[in-house]
Amino acid sequence: MNKSNTINLSGIHKNYGKVNALQDISLDIKSGELFGLIGPDGAGKTTLFRILTTLLLPDSGKASVCGLDVVRDYREIRRRVGYMPGRFSLYQDLTVEENLTFFATVFNTTIEENYDLIRDIYIQIEPFKTRKAGKLSGGMKQKLALSCALIHRPEVLFLDEPTTGVDPVSRVEFWDMLDRLKQQGITILVSTPYMDEASRCDRIALMRTGKCLSVDTPAGIRSTFSRLLLAVRSASMYRLLEDLRAFPGTYSCYAFGDAHHLTLKEESDAGVSSVVSGLETYLQAKGYTDVSIESIKPTIEDCFMALQPEA
Amino acid sequence: MKQFISFLRKEFYHIFRDKRTMLILLAMPVILIVLFGYAITTEIKSVQVAVLDQSRDEATTRIIDRIGASEYFELYKVLDSYEEGEALFRQGKIRLLLVFPPRYASSSDAPVQLLADATDPNEATQITSYATAIISQWKMERQSEMNAVTAQSPGGNGQLSAGITPVVHLLYNPLMKGAYNFVPGVMGLILMLICALMTSVGIVKEKEIGTMEVLLVSPMKPIYIILAKAAPYLLLSLVNIITILALSYFLLDVPIAGSLTLLIAISILYALVALCLGLLISTIANTQQAAMLVSAVVLMLPVMLLSGMVFPIENMPVILQWLSNIVPAKWYIIAVKDVMIKGLSAGAIWKEVSVLAFMVVVLIVVSVKRFKIRLE
Amino acid sequence: MNVIETENLTKRFGNFTAVDHISFTVGEGEIFGFLGANGAGKTTAMRMLCGLSVPTSGEAHVAGFDVYRETESIKKHIGYMSQKFSLYGDLKVWENIRLFGGIYGLSGKQLAAKTDELLRVLSLESERNTLVDALPLGWKQKLAFSVAVLHEPRVVFLDEPTGGVDPVTRRQFWELIYQAAERGITVFVTTHYMDEAEYCNRVSIMVDGKIEALDSPQALKSTFQAKNMNEVFHALARKAKRGE
Repeated sequence: MNKSNTINLSGIHKNYGKVNALQDISLDIKSGELFGLIGPDGAGKTTLFRILTTLLLPDSGKASVCGLDVVRDYREIRRRVGYMPGRFSLYQDLTVEENLTFFATVFNTTIEENYDLIRDIYIQIEPFKTRKAGKLSGGMKQKLALSCALIHRPEVLFLDEPTTGVDPVSRVEFWDMLDRLKQQGITILVSTPYMDEASRCDRIALMRTGKCLSVDTPAGIRSTFSRLLLAVRSASMYRLLEDLRAFPGTYSCYAFGDAHHLTLKEESDAGVSSVVSGLETYLQAKGYTDVSIESIKPTIEDCFMALQPEA
Repeated sequence: MKQFISFLRKEFYHIFRDKRTMLILLAMPVILIVLFGYAITTEIKSVQVAVLDQSRDEATTRIIDRIGASEYFELYKVLDSYEEGEALFRQGKIRLLLVFPPRYASSSDAPVQLLADATDPNEATQITSYATAIISQWKMERQSEMNAVTAQSPGGNGQLSAGITPVVHLLYNPLMKGAYNFVPGVMGLILMLICALMTSVGIVKEKEIGTMEVLLVSPMKPIYIILAKAAPYLLLSLVNIITILALSYFLLDVPIAGSLTLLIAISILYALVALCLGLLISTIANTQQAAMLVSAVVLMLPVMLLSGMVFPIENMPVILQWLSNIVPAKWYIIAVKDVMIKGLSAGAIWKEVSVLAFMVVVLIVVSVKRFKIRLE
Repeated sequence: MNVIETENLTKRFGNFTAVDHISFTVGEGEIFGFLGANGAGKTTAMRMLCGLSVPTSGEAHVAGFDVYRETESIKKHIGYMSQKFSLYGDLKVWENIRLFGGIYGLSGKQLAAKTDELLRVLSLESERNTLVDALPLGWKQKLAFSVAVLHEPRVVFLDEPTGGVDPVTRRQFWELIYQAAERGITVFVTTHYMDEAEYCNRVSIMVDGKIEALDSPQALKSTFQAKNMNEVFHALARKAKRGE
């Protein structure tokens, strides 16, 4: 066992009846790392969290957290990790403060003892501490749930889709909080369906339908994108999308915000420039006068879609 | 221990903040007692009676007066013809018709005819037996009067004194009050409802909202979770037991013949059985709805139907009689009747107590074994 | 012709003003992005427009009907889909289509033809008899959208329709939106994906119950001198005072 790895997974399989929730997942997550599981619904992220938090038994394979086996040493693991499930698991009829106090005592500690760890987060909801948790907004529930998961100063923090359904501003604030927690030496495993959040992680695993597609740093994953990526813009974007797809040299084309991201079948550097000039001629012939084409660096989302077979 | 107390406090918050549920739980025993005590009583009261008196002598007049004066009957009408009585039966105006034969007083054993509306057979039986009782009582009294008269007059004959009339004594419940039967039944029902249903729903709710996941991934011992969930309801059901006992004592005049401490002790034992059943249900059900349904079908129905609370067990088919043995409420109700109504001591109910204790042990073992430390 | 028109539309709960005098119009066949932070009042505003909640004051017309008096007519002429509830998971694909088609009064023959066409467009013919719960989320959401516009409503309200959907399917979903808009159906959509805001014809951004900005993505970006809609959103939503 590598000492610097806080989480080890090797060959983990898990089925629910006929559904393969996880297929041969192997991962090493280093101590102090902020590690992201990136993938849409049904990727198997929640199942993976439940196996690591000892709530589910894997069908086969080995997993350990803090050097402890998830099957054999589940009691010790439960003492040392913090877990925030997908739905913010709070008692709706208890107030903010009562929820926090409750989870503190459940973990044999007090709010005062670890206040410095949660202060940053809790201070934002403290003005509402007598409000029932059920009456909080999504962003505030998220902060309270995080405070509750942190109150016992866990060595590893498991956050299952903490930002789902939360608006972009609150999401950025949340990731800022995670950065500060990382500085305190806590290993964090976090999952998200938002691809743009991947760049906030030290390393990520791209997941889809129970399989791990790729594991690397965000930059590493982006560097594996082999094709030239073009951003194409024009005034009538929907027509442009259809025309770009009809272009013979197109490998794939997807709408990406204000531009369409286009990859070409041609992969050699020499061939590309002639295909691009061919594209310009093609679009002019279609009657576009305002087209802009520029070469761009791929985002994680581009990489994810490239790894995924055509749906 | 601090964990446990904190958890317990949280449970009380849940209960106290859900005002509607708490109100229902506290009001339920009161409503049930009042309902059983007054509304759906099985006792006979103010039954409408008509009389067809073909003899119209002193004896029949005295009997009719007696019937009319009793709290069970009310004289609706004295009839002139048999047909008239039939019409009244059909209209539902009367439930009993007394027909005195001509020259009733002079013929010593001329029968009185009792006609009862037997659409409700149990009631008809009761009505006729009450009426018979009143008539035979009057006969007995007249007999002793006449005996006294003949004793005073040496020339009289002593023939009549030779007749032996059985004297019926109703033990423990001389007034045949229904309350003696249903108060233990209601206690059995309420305890089962609160302890089993509320405990199972309480635990399953945590599964539903996802907090169970967090609790499992904490150093909190499962047994603490279970105990903390159960304790408030045990307390609440004790409050209810005391309410029921007070209501039945002061409102329905049901005496508490035996030891109150013993009564409470049996109730706690029975509540433990119910709590364990609730726990067992919570390990099976995954939604609050399912927990409620299972509780209703598996727990409530047997208490109502198979415990002897409503239907006498002796009248059931053998298979149901056998089945009734695994209904905890049956043993509880027997024990409560023995202590509360008959005033028996602990020695007399050892059998019931050991059955309940055995159930507790089995259920605790099974449900703690089944209580999952993981999600599946 | 405007399909949605509001004038000083306001909703108060006690002394809390959830929606504060919002005024805007949405044209026929327009894709209108309705953005805002959590608790800005989007859901409340959408409920009023769907005829589910009576406004405290102000005017609003949807498909020409008044939100105070003609809520039943509104409901006949709109479609609605949300991330949380859209289809019955324990019914089969075709059963869901028949159910919702029936609710909106489509007759048997129409319905059969529509069902076939819908399944063909979504390439779901082989899944006709599958329980909806067994479909991947992205397929479910595409199906839900198609069902929501099955009766060709004047306007369809979409509440975070693509949350958690994988990137490719998310884009296919937006292609369905474009197709509906081309048929003249107005699309009123909320989303937390800022790249999706770019796909809208016009976007409004709500902050603390008020509409702080309303324009085409292009114009908003130049007004706020931002590279993309994400920056526009951050510039506006950061000003939010209330946490709901």
